[in-house]
Amino acid sequence: MTIVQSVSRRGFIVSAAAAIGGLSLGFRVPFAGDALAAEAVPEINAWVVIQPDETVVIRIARSEMGQGTLTGLAQLVAEELGCDWSRVTTEYPTPGENVARDRVWGNFSTGGSRGIRESQDYVRKGGAAAREMLVAAAAAEWQVAPADCAVDKGVISHAASGRSTTFGKVATAAAQLTPPAEVRLKDPKDWTIAGKPLPRLDTVDKLTGKQVYGADLVRPGMLNAAIKACPVFGGKVRSFDAAAVAGMPGVRKVVQVDDTAVAVVADTWWRAKTALDALPVVWDEGPNTGVSSASIGEMLTAGLDADDAFIGNQVGDARQAIAGAAQTGATKTVTGVYAYPFQNHATMEPMNATAVWTPERCEVWVPTQNGEASLAAAADAAELPVRQCEVYKIHLGGGFGRRGNFQDYVRQAVRIAKQIPGTPVKLLWSREEDMLHGAYHPTTQCRLTGVLDADGTVTALHLRISGQSILAAVRPEGMQNGMDPVVFQGLVGSGAEGVIGYTIPHLLVDHAMRNPPVPPGFWRGVNLNQNAVYLECFIDELAHAAGQDPLAFRRKLMANHPKHLAVLEAAAQGIGWGSPAPEGRHRGLAQIMGFGSYVAAAAEISVTDGRLRIHRIVAATDPGHAVNPAQIERQVEGSFVYGLSASLYGECTVKGGRMEQENFDTYTVLRMDEMPAVETIILPSCGFWGGVGEPTIAVAAPAVLNAIFAATGKRIRTLPLVNHDLKSA
Amino acid sequence: MAFTLRINGTERSVDVEPDTPLLWVLREQIGLTGTKYGCGIAQCGACTVHIDGVATRSCAMPVSAITPEQQITTIEGLSPDGSHPVQKAWLALDVPQCGYCQAGMIMAAAALLQQNRSPTDDDISTEITNICRCGTYNRVRAAIKQAAANGGSVQSG
Repeated sequence: MTIVQSVSRRGFIVSAAAAIGGLSLGFRVPFAGDALAAEAVPEINAWVVIQPDETVVIRIARSEMGQGTLTGLAQLVAEELGCDWSRVTTEYPTPGENVARDRVWGNFSTGGSRGIRESQDYVRKGGAAAREMLVAAAAAEWQVAPADCAVDKGVISHAASGRSTTFGKVATAAAQLTPPAEVRLKDPKDWTIAGKPLPRLDTVDKLTGKQVYGADLVRPGMLNAAIKACPVFGGKVRSFDAAAVAGMPGVRKVVQVDDTAVAVVADTWWRAKTALDALPVVWDEGPNTGVSSASIGEMLTAGLDADDAFIGNQVGDARQAIAGAAQTGATKTVTGVYAYPFQNHATMEPMNATAVWTPERCEVWVPTQNGEASLAAAADAAELPVRQCEVYKIHLGGGFGRRGNFQDYVRQAVRIAKQIPGTPVKLLWSREEDMLHGAYHPTTQCRLTGVLDADGTVTALHLRISGQSILAAVRPEGMQNGMDPVVFQGLVGSGAEGVIGYTIPHLLVDHAMRNPPVPPGFWRGVNLNQNAVYLECFIDELAHAAGQDPLAFRRKLMANHPKHLAVLEAAAQGIGWGSPAPEGRHRGLAQIMGFGSYVAAAAEISVTDGRLRIHRIVAATDPGHAVNPAQIERQVEGSFVYGLSASLYGECTVKGGRMEQENFDTYTVLRMDEMPAVETIILPSCGFWGGVGEPTIAVAAPAVLNAIFAATGKRIRTLPLVNHDLKSA
Repeated sequence: MAFTLRINGTERSVDVEPDTPLLWVLREQIGLTGTKYGCGIAQCGACTVHIDGVATRSCAMPVSAITPEQQITTIEGLSPDGSHPVQKAWLALDVPQCGYCQAGMIMAAAALLQQNRSPTDDDISTEITNICRCGTYNRVRAAIKQAAANGGSVQSG
């Protein structure tokens, strides 16, 4: 990892090894009746509890699913608090407490790489306010001015009198004080905890099997449920023969969960699943049995020429410029049609939730990216007021967007538990259920048309996207007069979610919405993934059509986009662009902005007898502020695993209205043998806060695809790569 | 049907159907939930345990196929306190992200080092076929090398 210091961050040097040791004091799995730390010791404020033994409990509202947010948010609070990092531990407040306390912890939703960038301001203020209250308590005891006191690693001192005390000793008094109306936050250049490559707070238990995931949860008297929903989208349960499996070992009950699903409840999950597999079920497969990947493809292709398109970005008049170019012939017009398939999140921990229901109360334990959405789903399914329900969040065995907006497994768990009042029931999906009932990466196609003038400069570009809208299906309140603005991620003219990095005199980005009957969802990287493939591969096409070097070609279009260009230049320099690649190797570039950050990648690959090998990736990221460079590095590396899995293999195909892939034997993902070396360059230019969990995924595919073109002359326009023969023609 | 198993050095008796996979016996009868369910078809490796020191995918191993003499080691039994060289290397390099696959990764790595004291990159690529979706592969590789350098072939179980 390389961190390039910016002018405002002098002396910012990081090694891969941690500068400060982090000690995990464990992370509790909350149970009913458990008190938050504050109930034993008064909290300083919603974010901070200091125990008499100097343990600092920092409350984390967002969910930890591997992305490191828990550690990063704790660093931001601890930085302002001025505590001893080695004493820091964390806990999740519950969604029910958040509701009861007028949402004092703000938004629980953990998606869109927003965990840190959208809460950094108020969590830092929470830490700073707590520090001021602790100092005020000490100063009052000493009868000195708070401004004359200093704080260092949880010790408050007053130089003039030589007195000192600790956070733990004044915490109770501090908790009684009125919070300051305003606090001043530290300048990030003065950070000593935030901004450092600290180890994660949640590692130790993950090495010994102690970490409890939702799938591992055990409650007293708990039963286990296995579920099967109609595999055809839109289908329902017609009938099932519970008696046929009632006598099987361990079986307690066979239940209809809702219109679409049946479940077997047994003493163990394995017995529940075994009985479920034996359960005769007749499905009403509904209206979609004729839907296939081919029929969906035709529907999307028709949208490429349709008139009913929403405009996401428009500069000048691209249609006229393209039409004019066709007539004059003095310029060159280039066209390409691209396509991106359905993909499954395939979290390692399949969907699950544990619920207990009585007529008075419903409680749910669930690995969730959005505790408040889980609570709402639980209350809805329980048919109880929200205040009579509670959700206990558990670390996630992967989220990637599957466990945020969609709380189907929570609803199911509650509906099952409701049929066995007072008994906790853990619902765990099989991998097959998980693959068949995803919230899939949306499928789209894109036709790009570009015009080059006599100098080989792009004068007009039209991206016509045709395909699925996530918002239309799952968050219709986010639609704008029928348009899904998220479809245009990375291609718009302004905003944090993805400004196009090229200045083109005539630009049109529009979307013909075509929604097949397959449920779409937010999939790590969301729409930036395919948009970056479309844009960055096509820019590469234009560069080659113009006979120009892809980097030099881009530079000419990026003069007004210095942040986009800076990461691209860094990645290009890192891979050695401009100097010859080693024998047999070829290079490709890509850049994009999304989730508030600027990212680029350069790939070095070889293709031998049609077999692709990705040797090296250099990735550059400008997230504004780098809260934990070590965790950013991991997110960037991980983004290539996720992004390359998707581009090499990721495809869920539809036949008979259902998905064909049911497990990892047919849904291939990247494994260690294909993982390239990744070098991460972090360029925090300050002044803004960007996300890091998702944006880099988007540049994985186009960097590799552009390198494949350099190697083979083959322009791959449809993913995944496994469907293409890379052997020389 | 009753089966006797030797798990982490302790003899345990379980009464289950003979085709019950070892994974579910460990998780549901014995209460050792460190070994994870990921796919059920021996594809992902989240369920990896050692049987007589050999990395084995327990989700596809019926309990009836295991003899009482065979030594089963799970992540909970790899070391008493997380001090196995592989666990130490994992901690030093802060390998896990979500962590769900990591017990299987660690068990696979420990078994590899038991057979091969200094695996090459190719050895690691061939032997460690566990799936990680968060993307820890490069750190897993580095940690295996670090564990090898620090004497990672300590006998487990």
